[in-house]
Amino acid sequence: MNKKNNGARTIPGVSLVLLVAALVAVALFAAACGGGTTTTTAAATDTTAASTATTAAAPSGDPIVIGAIVSATGPGAALGEQERNVLQMEEKLINAKGGVLGRPVKIVIEDDKSDPKEAVTAANKLLTQDKAIALIAATTSSSTLAVKAITAEKGVPQMAMAAANDVTDKAPNEWIWRTPQKDALAVQRALDYVSKTLKVKKIAVLHDENAFGASGAAEIAKQAPALGLEVVATESYKTADTDMTAQLTKIKGTNPEVLVVWGTNPGPALVAKNMKQLGITIPYVGSHGIANSTFIKLAADAAEGVVFPAGRLLVPSSITDAKQKAVTDAFAADYAYSYSGKPNPFGGYAFEAISILTDAITRAGSTDAKAIQGALNATTGFAMPDGIYNYTATNHDGLVASDMIMVKIQGGTWVLAE
Amino acid sequence: MTFDQFLQYILSGITSGSVYALTAVGFTLVFSATQIINFAQGQMVMLGGMMGITLHEAGLPLWACFIGAVAVVAIVSVGMEEIAIRPLLRKGVLTQIIATVGASFIFETAAMLIWGRDAKPLPPFTGETPIAIGRATVVPQTLWVVGLSIVVVVALTIFYRKSLYGTAIRGCAVNPEAARLQGISYRRVVVFTFALTGAVAAAAGVMIAPISFMGYANGTMLGLKGFAAATLGGLGNPVGAVLGGFLLGIVEALGVGVVSAGYKDAIAFVILLLVLFLRPAGLMGAKVVNRQ
Repeated sequence: MNKKNNGARTIPGVSLVLLVAALVAVALFAAACGGGTTTTTAAATDTTAASTATTAAAPSGDPIVIGAIVSATGPGAALGEQERNVLQMEEKLINAKGGVLGRPVKIVIEDDKSDPKEAVTAANKLLTQDKAIALIAATTSSSTLAVKAITAEKGVPQMAMAAANDVTDKAPNEWIWRTPQKDALAVQRALDYVSKTLKVKKIAVLHDENAFGASGAAEIAKQAPALGLEVVATESYKTADTDMTAQLTKIKGTNPEVLVVWGTNPGPALVAKNMKQLGITIPYVGSHGIANSTFIKLAADAAEGVVFPAGRLLVPSSITDAKQKAVTDAFAADYAYSYSGKPNPFGGYAFEAISILTDAITRAGSTDAKAIQGALNATTGFAMPDGIYNYTATNHDGLVASDMIMVKIQGGTWVLAE
Repeated sequence: MTFDQFLQYILSGITSGSVYALTAVGFTLVFSATQIINFAQGQMVMLGGMMGITLHEAGLPLWACFIGAVAVVAIVSVGMEEIAIRPLLRKGVLTQIIATVGASFIFETAAMLIWGRDAKPLPPFTGETPIAIGRATVVPQTLWVVGLSIVVVVALTIFYRKSLYGTAIRGCAVNPEAARLQGISYRRVVVFTFALTGAVAAAAGVMIAPISFMGYANGTMLGLKGFAAATLGGLGNPVGAVLGGFLLGIVEALGVGVVSAGYKDAIAFVILLLVLFLRPAGLMGAKVVNRQ
C-alpha cells in the first residue's frame, strides 16, 4: 500500500521534471535564434528532395481525407457496389502517382445501406470525426439530397453521383456538383430521338412508381409539348410486379406510335417480354436505367431493338474526342486490372467524381473549402468517360444532352442507334 | 373498355393471380396445422425460384431443377421450424409468428449474399409462343402455374379429407392436447407440415420464375400478396387460398383497366378489407376455431 503510494507519487514527480526540462530545452532552442532553425529546415527540405528523387513522387505529410458515401448494400447496391470498388482503386492509383498537392489521399468510404438516414449519420461522422475536406455522396438521389443539407450548411464541397434533377436544380446548390447525366438530360435525349429520328408524334409512357420512374415521367410530361409530342397514355407499375400485360393492354387501346418505359430492372425487362406476348410491335424507348447487361439477360429475345439514352461508356467506340477516349481506355484498363470485367456507368460516375475533385484541389493549391469551390466552378473542358465537363458558378451539372448517345440492343449487345 | 381488352385483363389477372394463389396455399398449410402465420412464406417461394435457377445454370434439365429446389426448400423449411419456431412452443403463437418474420429477413439477406442483387431469368417449361384466346393472349407458363395450383389444391383436399394422416393433422389443428391423447405425434405433424409447405413454396417459385424473373427482394411482395389472397379466401382453406389468389389478381388487373395502375394495389386491398368486414373468416373460411 505504502510502496504503491510512493510509486504513484514519484511518477508525477519524474514527469514534472521531464516536462520542465523539455520546456527549458525548447526555450533555449528558440532563443538560439534563426540560424539553427534555418539549418534544420534546410536539412528537412533536402531529405524530402532526396526521397522525391528516389521514389518518383511518393506523397508525404498528413493525408488529404475525402469522405465517400455509397450504397454498398440495400436496393441501391447494384449501383453502389461498383462505385465503392472504383473509389478504393482510385485511392491506390492516385497515391501511386504522387497523391494530391504532394500529400497522400485517403478516401474514407461509408455504406448508407441505401437509407438517407444512414447517409446523414455517415456524413456527420465523415466531417467531424474523419475531418473530410470534401464528400463524394451519394449513390441514390434520396441519400444525396439528405447529405446536401449538411454540406450546404457547413460549406463543404460535395460531388454527387445521383441523377435526380433536384440535386443541382434546387437551392441551396452552391456546394454540390454532379457527374451523372441528370434525368432531365436523359429525357431530353430520348424525346429528341423520338421526335427527330423516329419522327412520330403519339407517345405512351409506362413508368416505375419509384423515385426514378416518377421523376422521369414528370419530366417527359414537361418536355413533350415543346417537341410537338402528345402523351396519349401514362401508366405505372411497382418494381416487384409480376405481370405488366394489364397496363400494356390499356396502353395498346390508345394507339400510341412509341412506348417510352422509364424504370430500373427488372420491370422494364418484364415490359419487353409482355409486349412481345401481346404482339405490340411499336418501338420501345427505355431510360438510362436499363443501361446494363442485366436488362439484356432478363429480357433475352425481347430486348432486341430496344433503344435507350446512355453515357458513352456503354459504347466506347462512340467516343470521338481523343482526350475523352484516352481517359476512358485508361479507366477501363485500370478497372479490368483491379477487378475483372468492365466498369459500368455507376463506376464511371465515381471515377469522374474523384477525378474532377482531385483536379480541382490541385488547381486550388489548397484544401480550403472556398478555394476548392472556386476551382470546381472553373472546371472547363475536362474530358471524362461520360463527356466533357464544364462547371460554372451557376451550372453544376457539367454535361449537356449531346454528351449522351442513343443505344440500340442488337444481337444481344449495344450498338449506336443513330 | 372493349371486350378484347376485358378478356386480356382477365387473362392478365389470372397470370398474376396464379402466382398469388400458389403462395397463398403455403400460408394455409402452416396455419391450419399450427395457427402460425408463416411470414417467411414469400421468401421460401423466392428461395425455391433462386434454387431452381441455380440448378438450371449448373446445366440440369428443368424437371431436375424442380425436384432439387423442392427438396432443398423443404429441408430449409423444416430447419426453420427446428431452430426458430420449436424452441418457442411454450411462448405462444404470437412469438412464433414473430420468429417467422425474423426468418424472412435471414432468408432474404442470405439470398442476397449468395445470388447477388440482380434478378435472374429461368426459361419457360414449354416455350414462349403466346396462346391466343379470342383476341387476347396468355403465355404457356401461366397454364403451368394454374395447372399446378389446381393439382396442389385437389391433392391437398383429398389428403386432408380422406387419408388417416390428413385427419390426424386436422385433429392437431383443432386440439393438440386431445390429438396427443389419441396417440398422434404433434411433433411429427408439425415437421411434416413445414416440409410440405416448403415443398409447395419451392414448386411455386420454380414455376413463376419464368413469368416474372426471380430476385432476392421478390419474397416480400409475394408474401404480402399471398397472405392477402389467403386471408381473402379464408385462412386455413387451400381451395379458398387459390380462389382468393385468382380473385386478387383479376381485381388488380381490372383496376388497371378501369382506374389506373397507380391505384391497383389500393383497390385490391380495399376489397380485401370489405370482405373481411362482411365475412371475417374470408370467402371460404370455416368458423374460426380457437385453440387457446
